[in-house]
Amino acid sequence: MKQDNPNEILNDVTANEYKYGFVTDIETDIIPKGLSEDIIRHISQKKGEPEWLLEFRLKAYAYWKTLEMPHWAHLTIPEIDYQAISYYAAPKTKQAPKSLEEVDPELRKTFDKLGISLEEQMKLSGIAVDAVMDSVSVRTTFKEKLAELGVIFCSFSEAVKDYPDLVKRYLGSVVSYRDNFFAALNSAVFSDGSFVYIPKGVRCPMELSTYFRINAANTGQFERTLIVADDDSYVSYLEGCTAPMRDENQLHAAIVEIVVHDRAEVKYSTVQNWYPGDKEGKGGIYNFVTKRGMCKGDHSKLSWTQVETGSAITWKYPSCVLAGDHSVGEFYSVAVTNNYQQADTGTKMIHIGKNTRSTIVSKGISAGRSQNSYRGLVKVLPGAENARNFTQCDSLLLSSDCGAHTFPYMDIQNDTAIVEHEATTSKINEDQIFYCNQRGIPTEDAVGLIVNGYAKEVMNKLPMEFAVEAQKLLQISLEGSVG
Amino acid sequence: MLKITDLHASINGKEILKGINLVVKPGEVHAIMGPNGSGKSTLSAVLTGHPAYEVTRGSVEFYGKDLLALSPEDRSHEGLFLSFQYPVEIPGVSMVNFMRTAVNEQRKYRGLEPLSATDFLKLMREKRAIVELDNKLASRSVNEGFSGGEKKRNEIFQMAMLEPRLSILDETDSGLDIDALRIVAGGVNKLKSEKNATIVITHYQRLLDYIAPDFVHVLYKGRIVKSGGPELALELEERGYDWIKKELGEI
Repeated sequence: MKQDNPNEILNDVTANEYKYGFVTDIETDIIPKGLSEDIIRHISQKKGEPEWLLEFRLKAYAYWKTLEMPHWAHLTIPEIDYQAISYYAAPKTKQAPKSLEEVDPELRKTFDKLGISLEEQMKLSGIAVDAVMDSVSVRTTFKEKLAELGVIFCSFSEAVKDYPDLVKRYLGSVVSYRDNFFAALNSAVFSDGSFVYIPKGVRCPMELSTYFRINAANTGQFERTLIVADDDSYVSYLEGCTAPMRDENQLHAAIVEIVVHDRAEVKYSTVQNWYPGDKEGKGGIYNFVTKRGMCKGDHSKLSWTQVETGSAITWKYPSCVLAGDHSVGEFYSVAVTNNYQQADTGTKMIHIGKNTRSTIVSKGISAGRSQNSYRGLVKVLPGAENARNFTQCDSLLLSSDCGAHTFPYMDIQNDTAIVEHEATTSKINEDQIFYCNQRGIPTEDAVGLIVNGYAKEVMNKLPMEFAVEAQKLLQISLEGSVG
Repeated sequence: MLKITDLHASINGKEILKGINLVVKPGEVHAIMGPNGSGKSTLSAVLTGHPAYEVTRGSVEFYGKDLLALSPEDRSHEGLFLSFQYPVEIPGVSMVNFMRTAVNEQRKYRGLEPLSATDFLKLMREKRAIVELDNKLASRSVNEGFSGGEKKRNEIFQMAMLEPRLSILDETDSGLDIDALRIVAGGVNKLKSEKNATIVITHYQRLLDYIAPDFVHVLYKGRIVKSGGPELALELEERGYDWIKKELGEI
């Protein structure tokens, strides 16, 4: 008999299927395609926004018009026609639902299918969920209970109405609309998102979670998340995302801004599973996101953990500005690319305050014909006495056609700084797979085990509820990928 | 249980096995000896389905099934176990996770429910005692940072967990000091029964002092050129392989 060569075996394992690729049949309120001042006014009007926010949008739009799409990333991005995108789509409901019963059953079904039963979340898990479908927040759970502690967790639009002072004070304070091309675009057209405020001294007793879902065709999703942790507070925030399978590419350009005050701590975890496109590289989400946190206060701490498995193209660098003395920034990342996916992701750690510390652990996993880059900047400013950074970035290659790249930048302007960098690249070991096979573990599961083992350091940083999900996701997104 | 007929196999187009014939019955221990490069490890790799090797001729029957038609994992599920000469390390994968996956895959194949966490841990405790591994084993990553002796003990531990019908021990004695050798061999002997069989691949008589073979075969240039009882191993220990080469008319 012919013994299959390992590449064939590994390629033959079941086709990579995206199980969140369904479309919800729901009436959608969608505005015409294209981007102009009128469209922006239209969005703002639809949302009943105050004048200052409309001005913010228009300023951002005017600035965006002066910009060109940047091309420095190690990515091949087809020309994007920004006039062919609809910038606002909302599931049609009469009014914001007051209770779960009022949520459209189709919508509830959608979130049930995604494994985020709003109902269950309400009753059991103790996670407060804000579900964002297309451009608007569908439902935020647990709001009342959180309110007792003074924790604000609501959709961005509600926050604009109910807490305008807070929003006005912090909006754009970390990521200015002048920051970059996509930040400007988002600032002009953002539709909704989540807002979190943790008051002084409060440890938020439950994980806060936002679930993003793109449903409508030919739309982009431009949400904004703003998290403010006041002195001595703590919050752990989770973000998950999926989208239907569509042949055309869809743009997701979000902004996440986090402000951390004295001695406060924010943990931000992402499991990103946007539709990655099919095996031939057709379709999929362009995930161009700006995420940044400002450790404003002394002894403040911000920790980013991300598991990136989806999107056709991922371009994002969750960053920490360590302004407060003794502040701490962390970045733990697993980025998986398969088939024709491309990712250029990493972080920036900007040390400004004294005795600031940062840790970067990045694990890239590339399969198929994908390209996976780590890009990171460690910057130590002159005043940042005794800054410390430790960076470790590892790449694991699962095929001979994929690419892994590392672009570490360092800019050290204070010679008391200690900066360490470690990097490894390895190929998945066929002997490891055979060893598992011999013990009765099929190749697909063996790859899952090995990859999860490789990514363990990062997976351990995820909250329990997410960790199990993320482990499964790693395995699914690599099915049939090794060769 | 095992019937190998005229087995030929090659790697990268180079023929290593050139017509192996061997029959193993339940309860038996077979030793396969031979000089370096004679094809001993290739035989174990081919039987367990290592993808680097290509079988060009011959057949292998295992309990009436065509072993060569089965995937490596199904060969394992059918009760074939290999104690590796060089067990690989799998960083970040704990032994408990690894073995639980292995045991439950085997149970699934046999139509059984997965073991509960409690039952599994109990089983693991029981079996690791056979090769005197301590309770730190469960949380350690597969073979990572294990000493040579620990790696081999860990192989026998996995054998105990999976309760194979046929075990192939590939140079399990290499790199072991005398105490570790005793523990490993003791483990193998404890697992021996009327129902299972063992193929011991070794260079030296030393291991056979502990694991008594019923049959000894000499593998040379891809063929079994001589078979006999335990006395053959002693003779080889004493006289080396040259007299066999002489018998074959090579010297």
